This record gives sequence, structure tokens and C-alpha cells, in this order.
Amino acid sequence: MRSSPHSKTFAHGVHPPECKDDTSALPIRQFPFAPVQVVPLLQHLGKPAIAEVAEGQEVVRGQRIARPDGFMSVAMHAPVSGVVQRIGLAPAISGRMEPAIFVRPFPGSTQEPAQGRPVDARTATPEQIIAAVQEAGIVGLGGASFPTHVKLKLPDGKRGDTLLINGAECEPYLTADHRVMLEHAADVMAGIPFLLKATGTERAIVCIESNKQDAAAVMRAAIPPGQPVSVEVLPVKYPQGAEKMLITAILGREVPSGGLPIDVGTLCVNVATCAEIGQLLPRGAGIHERVLTVGGPGIRKKGNYRVPIGTPLRFLLESVGYEPDLTRVFLGGPMMGQAVSSLDIPVTKGTTGVIGFTARETGNVAEQREHPCIRCGYCLEACPIFLNPSMLGLLARNEQHQRMADDFHLMDCFECGSCTFVCPAHIPLVQHFRISKRAVRRAKAAGK
Amino acid sequence: MLFLTAIAAIGGLAVVLATLVAVANKKLYVAEDPRIDAVEEMLPHANCGACGFPGCRPFAEAVVTGKAKPGKCTVSSDEGRATIASFLGVDVGAEEKRVARLACAGGDNVARDRASYEGLASCSAAALVAGGGKGCFWGCLGLADCERACTFDAIVMDGQRLPVVDEQKCTACGDCVVACPKDLFSVHEASHRLWVACKSQEAGDGILEDCQVGCTACGRCAMDAPGLITMRGNLPVVDYQKNHQTKTPIQRCPTGAIVWLDADGPQKGAAAKKIIRKGARKDAPT
Repeated sequence: MRSSPHSKTFAHGVHPPECKDDTSALPIRQFPFAPVQVVPLLQHLGKPAIAEVAEGQEVVRGQRIARPDGFMSVAMHAPVSGVVQRIGLAPAISGRMEPAIFVRPFPGSTQEPAQGRPVDARTATPEQIIAAVQEAGIVGLGGASFPTHVKLKLPDGKRGDTLLINGAECEPYLTADHRVMLEHAADVMAGIPFLLKATGTERAIVCIESNKQDAAAVMRAAIPPGQPVSVEVLPVKYPQGAEKMLITAILGREVPSGGLPIDVGTLCVNVATCAEIGQLLPRGAGIHERVLTVGGPGIRKKGNYRVPIGTPLRFLLESVGYEPDLTRVFLGGPMMGQAVSSLDIPVTKGTTGVIGFTARETGNVAEQREHPCIRCGYCLEACPIFLNPSMLGLLARNEQHQRMADDFHLMDCFECGSCTFVCPAHIPLVQHFRISKRAVRRAKAAGK
Repeated sequence: MLFLTAIAAIGGLAVVLATLVAVANKKLYVAEDPRIDAVEEMLPHANCGACGFPGCRPFAEAVVTGKAKPGKCTVSSDEGRATIASFLGVDVGAEEKRVARLACAGGDNVARDRASYEGLASCSAAALVAGGGKGCFWGCLGLADCERACTFDAIVMDGQRLPVVDEQKCTACGDCVVACPKDLFSVHEASHRLWVACKSQEAGDGILEDCQVGCTACGRCAMDAPGLITMRGNLPVVDYQKNHQTKTPIQRCPTGAIVWLDADGPQKGAAAKKIIRKGARKDAPT
């Protein structure tokens, strides 16, 4: 245990190997355009955007190509200057084919991004900022892809006092947020006034884990004089980047079961999201690329890249090169990320990293055979929200989905994977829980 | 002396309560039709819910009160239904036989995998990992969730990892419809012989890369049977309200995605290729 001032943290959690050294020192580099960029219309939680370009139409990089469908939706922008090849189905990480806009780049174009009407944090009203965030297509870049403007629009009667800028980046291998804090500190600081003004919160705290001391120093130095911004350094622990854990760690407040951070007067925004707001809103531009980490033992040219949205994984992997025994590719980190089933899946706004594993890491499946639960209780000590994964696992095996939800708070599980990580019997607990959660949601929808 | 008091007190209490229970039994007696018990005894006790009632007892009540016909119970044998009908002196109520149908024909021999899924051997688990390893995003994952869900052993996985429904055993209870994460099962009248065995919403020959018997949305079946078949979401939709006892639509189908189901299994049109391919093809690392 560390002594103060690093004593702020949450109870339970785990310590997976960090594996960040390969890429944390590598500066962000611009990634080339793929022969065809595939921009899915659904890259966020909510309703898909509505395409507003036609086949054969020429588009400019950063131009809006799809408009939001209602409030729970965001705009999409062209990742490249080129021509719309077609609008058709493309595979998505959700396991479905989703409508997407296929854009073929012009080889000779200067690729100068389009700009729109600028928004100034000092003069704009909160409503204008929220509308501008939606128009810029900004979603939570930490992986959940929740539309940021929905988060900023506080429910009636709710007030927030603290804005947390989440730079914890507790997932192994991922270093994209780390590099954003080092290289785009000014953008982060430019984004904070927008968020404070839109939500009416009084102060902002940038939360960084102690394995990124250099980023903390840069962020501290970048705070403009007179701004109500501070930087907190937290001890390294997984899943500190989960917003409920971060709020507990920094403020000692507990988000109620089924509640939102705003219920305890807090808002949590990922540091990369904040940087994009600070960079895009003053130019009136839309998000058409994002910073992500390409790493893992299966990848040759590891690094942090600024990748155009819609770059197919096949092109991305072929560009950076991969080991011949690459067996598994994840979007996101190895704890919460998703293994992909097709390399035609494109990079979306929610992609925090692309991690490649070889046969050496994925190992021999036969050796990892599942054994019966002996109720050792390791998972109880790992669960950051104090559930009983052991009991839930036994119930899941007997398909007692509703009982799991009613008596054991299944729906509060945010699938961090800590229980599965520590389970000595190799029981795929989170996978069980995800099946059960889906069954409960389906039953609820059918009952309505 | 004290223990005698105790015995007397408890004994007295027992007598009083017993009297109360006896009186209540007489006063509050609910007259229930004895035929409900008898009918329930004649039902198969599967409690499957295929009749639309929560279980055999509620169904027995409905039959006795005349709200349902005995024929609604698809699990009973013909004699069983007739016995109940004659016992109650009602009409059997000929219920048309309904069965579960699978809208996929992409077994291992014709469809390829795009990734190899390692994990819980269950379709619902595989479907959560980016849709599973099947090349076609709509296709059957072949991990037998439906086979496990079926109470009546009516679903058996064939050698190509594709479930086959035994129409004799199927009671149309709908458990497989719920179990399938890809929503490939639906309950249909057994007399519906024209069947679209594909759910792919992709238009064009792209689907053939993943599955040789997929629907390419060419629309020939709709052209050959105007009115009966319409193309919706790149798939033919059969209007079973119309006269559907015709094999015309299957004749020109290039892949055999639309079939005619009869006792020997699915019949394909003459134009459908004879598709022979052994084993799954793998070419993408994941």
C-alpha cells in the first residue's frame, strides 16, 4: 500500500500486468487512409444516424455525411476527402451487419479538414454547447461510446458540482489517453470550459493513475491561471477508469444501484473526449479520426496512431504488420475489450485500441479447462461493486437469470472482468453474466 | 401440577383451532368442477405452454369451461385428445399441426467460418463475441442451444452442425424460438411447405463467399410468383394467406435458398446448384 498523498482509491479491484511500456513513450502518429473507409451509421449507444449523402457524391474530409436521428444520436463526418462508393452493410463489433457509408479517398486531395461555425466557450450558452457537441458527433471515447451531449444535458432538477476528467486508463496495453494528455494538454484544458459551462459544474478534476506521472506533471503545468481545475494522482488499480469507481476513489461518493453519476452531483468525461471537444468546437469541426493504441505481442509496429474513423482492421493490421502466429485481435483492452470475428470490422469512435495476441498468449485452451467453483471467494474480493460473482456464476449455470437480477444485483455488473481474471477455476463468469443480462432484458422487453 | 396446566392449555387451544378449521372447511368450501382434475390427469403434464396457457392445469380449466378446445394441446396424441373430447362431450377442435422451422441452411458443408470461436460451448455465448465465428452474420452458430432447450427431443444436430426438427415430435412450444440468439426459429403451420431457409439481408453475390446456399436477393422467386412472394429487406417473404401450394417459386432459385419441404426433406429447384464442399474454410486470423 502507498501512503498519502496517493491513498485515494476504491476498495477491491485487481492488478493485471500493465504491459504499457512498449507504446507509452511513442508519440502519436497520423495513420494513412485505407483504400475504402467504412463509416458505420451506428457507432454510439442510441439510434443510428441518417445518411445524407448519395452514392457517387463527392465529400470533403470532416464534412457531415449523416445527421443525428433524434436526441439519442450523433452526426457522422467523412473521414477522408473522396467519393461515396456506396451505402451498404458492413460488419460491426456487435456481431450484426450495420448500414455504413463507404468512402473512397481521392489520391490527389490535400485532405484539408472542413470547418464550420466556431463555438466559443465564453459566449456560447449551455444549450448551444450541447447542440454543438451533438453536431460534432462526439461520443465517449473511453470505449462505451455514449453520446456526450446526452450526458451533458442534466436531467431536470439535477445539479452537478464536480466534473471528473477521466485519464485513469487502467486497461493493460492501452496508452492512447496517456499520449493525448502529454501531447494535447492544451486541447484538454480548452475542452474543460465547454464542459463546465454546459453542465454548470464548479470545478474539474483531472484523474490520472500514478503510472503516468509525466502526464500528471504536463497537465498541472497546462492549467490556465484562474481556472478551477486540479489534477489528482491515483494509485494504479483496475478498474479505476470505470466512472463509478473513479467517483468513489476521488470524492468518496457512491453512485446508487441503477443510478447515474449525476445522482451524486458528479459528471465523468474521458480525457480524450475532452481533448476532442477542446480541439473541434472552436473550429466548428466534426470528429473524423481518433487516437488509439495498436499494440500487443502480435503486432510488429506498435504505437499510438491518429486513425481515421472507418479504417478496416484488415488494412490497419496489414499496415503495421503482424506476427505470423497472430491468433486473436481485440478492440479495446484485454480486460473489457471484445475479440473481433471479422477483419472487415472498421475502427469506430469507441475503439480505444487494437490489440493483437499470438498463440503464446492465448495459450492452450485445453489447459484452461473450466473446473467447478469451490467457493474460494477470490472473486468476491475482486469485485469493485461488491457483488457475489461466485453465487451469480452458480445461478447462471442453472439459468436462474431473473433471480440473479432480483436477488443478486446482476444488472449492476458493468463487466469489468475482475472476477474472471482472478478465478482459479477458469470459470468464464463475465460471459455467463452477459448471457444472463441479455436474457433478463429480453424477458423484460417481452413482458411489456 | 404446572405441567398439567400446560397440557390443558395447549390441548384446549388445539381443540379450539381444530374446530375453527373444521368449520372454515365447511363454510368457505369452494366448489370446483371435479372434471378439471380428471382432464388434467388426461393431459401429458409437459407444462410446455404450446397451447398458450401457462401450464396443463390452467389449460384443463379452460377446456372444462369451454374457453379452449382439447385439440389445442399439441403434445397429446390423437387418442388422448379424443378421450378428453368424449369425456367432456365437446368437439376436439381440429388444431392445425404447427412446427418450428429454421431459417438457415448453412451447415458446415456449405458455409464457412470466418473465425474460430473458443469459449463457452453455447450459441448465446458465442453470439456475444462479435456475433460468433460463422462467416454469415445471420447464420446458425451450430452450438446446439436449441437442441438443449427442446423438451421433446424434437431437435437433433446433424453432421453439419445444423439443427434438424423432427416434425412428428415437435409440439410448437416455442422454446427453441427463445433459445436461438440469432432468431432463426419461428413456429409455422406444418402445411406451409414453401420455406425461405435464409435470413441474410445482404444483397448480391457477396453472401456466396460465406455460404453457398444463401439468398442473393435476386428476386426471381418473387417474379415467378407475383403476389405470393414479395421481396422485403433483401429477403423473399411468402404470404401464407394466399394459395401457397405451388412449387413454382423454387424452380429458378440459383442457390436453393427457397425450398419445398416434404417428407424427404427440403427439395430444391432445378436451377439450384448441387453443392458439395467438405469442411470449413478458414483464412482470417482472429
